[in-house]
Amino acid sequence: MSDLHSQTVAYSRDTMLPPVPPPRREAGAVRWLRENLFSGPLNIILTILAIWVLWLALRDVLPWAWRGIWNAGSISECRTIRDQLYGEGTSAACWAVIRARWQQLVFGFYPASELWRPPLALVVFLLAVLPILFADLPRRLLWLTAAAPFLIVWLLWGGPIWGPVAVALGFGLGWLAWRIVARAGGPLLGAVAAILVPVLYWIFVDAPLTAALARILPIGLTPVRSSDFGGFTLSIVIGLSGITLSLPLGILLALARRSEMFIISKVAVIYIEVIRGVPLIVWLLVAQVLLNYFLPSGTNFDILLRVIIMVTLFSSAYIAEVIRGGLAALPRGQYEAADALGLGYWQAMQLIVLPQALKISIPGIVNSFIGLFKDTTLVSIISLFDPMRMSSTIRATTEWGGIYWELYIFVAAVFFVFCFAMSRYSMWLEQRLERSHR
Amino acid sequence: MTDAALASAPPVSDEVAVQITGMNKWYGQFHVLRDINLTVTRGERIVICGPSGSGKSTLIRCINRLEEHQSGHIVVDGTELTSNLRNIDKVRSEVGMVFQHFNLFPHLTVLENCTLAPMWVRKIPKREAEATAMEFLEKVRIPEQAGKYPGQLSGGQQQRVAIARSLCMRPKIMLFDEPTSALDPEMIKEVLDTMIELAREGMTMLCVTHEMGFAQAVANRVIFMDQGQIVEQNTPREFFNNPRSDRTKLFLSQILGH
Repeated sequence: MSDLHSQTVAYSRDTMLPPVPPPRREAGAVRWLRENLFSGPLNIILTILAIWVLWLALRDVLPWAWRGIWNAGSISECRTIRDQLYGEGTSAACWAVIRARWQQLVFGFYPASELWRPPLALVVFLLAVLPILFADLPRRLLWLTAAAPFLIVWLLWGGPIWGPVAVALGFGLGWLAWRIVARAGGPLLGAVAAILVPVLYWIFVDAPLTAALARILPIGLTPVRSSDFGGFTLSIVIGLSGITLSLPLGILLALARRSEMFIISKVAVIYIEVIRGVPLIVWLLVAQVLLNYFLPSGTNFDILLRVIIMVTLFSSAYIAEVIRGGLAALPRGQYEAADALGLGYWQAMQLIVLPQALKISIPGIVNSFIGLFKDTTLVSIISLFDPMRMSSTIRATTEWGGIYWELYIFVAAVFFVFCFAMSRYSMWLEQRLERSHR
Repeated sequence: MTDAALASAPPVSDEVAVQITGMNKWYGQFHVLRDINLTVTRGERIVICGPSGSGKSTLIRCINRLEEHQSGHIVVDGTELTSNLRNIDKVRSEVGMVFQHFNLFPHLTVLENCTLAPMWVRKIPKREAEATAMEFLEKVRIPEQAGKYPGQLSGGQQQRVAIARSLCMRPKIMLFDEPTSALDPEMIKEVLDTMIELAREGMTMLCVTHEMGFAQAVANRVIFMDQGQIVEQNTPREFFNNPRSDRTKLFLSQILGH
């Protein structure tokens, strides 16, 4: 077209056009409403229909919630107050149950005098993940991150402080063994020593050492049994442990599955497929019942620990598949450039591949985490008191028998707050990374 | 033109940089490289050309073992490339490579792209690595872009960053895999200028390219490949003025013909 034109009329532009702002549009709410809700007869009908459905849904629920009674000792008291206030037969929520029993819903059977410990453990956890979530913080904070698991375990379960200290010492010994043996005998021997030394230490030295130290210097917190954990404390303990442990495991599995080494990749494939192919409930039952068959009789392997391990293993299979997607999405050139610069495999993974692959995988990873967190309610099947089971227990008391919605709504609301926060964080992270990459 | 561009280039020595003997490579059943014999001495500038699919990229990718050869020998700077990982890493840290699609790391700034390998492979302190990086970014004439991310740069700028990134490792040999093929015509010149400057400083270069002007200006030797074989090699003057094989004549007529 322009060719034809240029053949007929010789033309040469002598002044360049300056940029001009786009035409101003009619702005404001009116325009938005017209465009989105009332743009045509069909849309007008649909809008009216939607408003009608919303009204149907909310006309009873909102007044019910709004009229809710907050001060009462039992459901019958609730009903008496309601009848006095609004007349007989009016519907009104009985929020008093939350007020009376929130401690149980949040902390389970955790001893009443020790309730400060779980929130403090949560604060320690959040402080410990900060240097991981925000790379600009000083690297020295990572020492806090390394110490946090032991501190959190001690805060939650109590007992003498020497228990976690002695276990931590085992990791220190492993590191030391690695440094010494690897220098003398190569990385393979070093790895063997780094595993063998702490394991032997934990089996033979750990318990007597803890006992001796506790006798000399008895510092400790009141011990809390795992069976006393319940409500949201239980969900959060399982959920956050599962999340923090399954991410590194999932990364390793994803790398293993893409490995060029046949056996490693096949082991990863089998693991992922088997774990994903069986429902979580089945794995939880395995954790509860079967593991005891495999362990030597007399060992009392903590049920909560077993559940955490199972949830971690389960979730890591999903995380691995999500991250594998991210790894596959990276152009081959990135791997080649890393190779061509002489970076080793782990360096290339750590510096080039994973930062990009994880960024691509963020929505999927957070999706898995949210699923994992909500799935912690399944532990009610193996007689742990998650929030749902806790609300059934509350309903089974004479005071609060016959109450449903108030408890369910509370549980749902707390879960929603946590999941929504995770979702928002992931969106923020995505946007931040997106911005910094161009 | 040849003499003008390289008036100040140091003389080529007889010290061997790359020695390839009897090298063969297959992709499955497909014989990509057939009996390749090539000796590159230090300071030599070699341009490899040929039709697409002739194996020229594969050949230079064998030199830093991005591709594995199945028979024959490749010795780079005195180190033979075998499945020995230590040797491979040694060769890779001595050989720089520039790719057609730049392959910069998009999540790192230009400066971080340049300091990454020196810091992690050579264990050079950050400050020193950054000083070196700025030096080379100045050399490719984009020091002002150091704080930006690759996605914010034009193609030509990205390729110059890629060259600087390789140079930061102070390589003895540079491989160029069609460095200008993904660039707009206006940007090709800025990249070629940078490469000519490198050649002038005596860098050993193997360059797969279709820029025949560059070959005439810079190369000591032009190699023509077809069907996985070296069909002809000669000085640029002889190669362009008196091509010997019919295949070369056909190729030259096609790429120079219009």
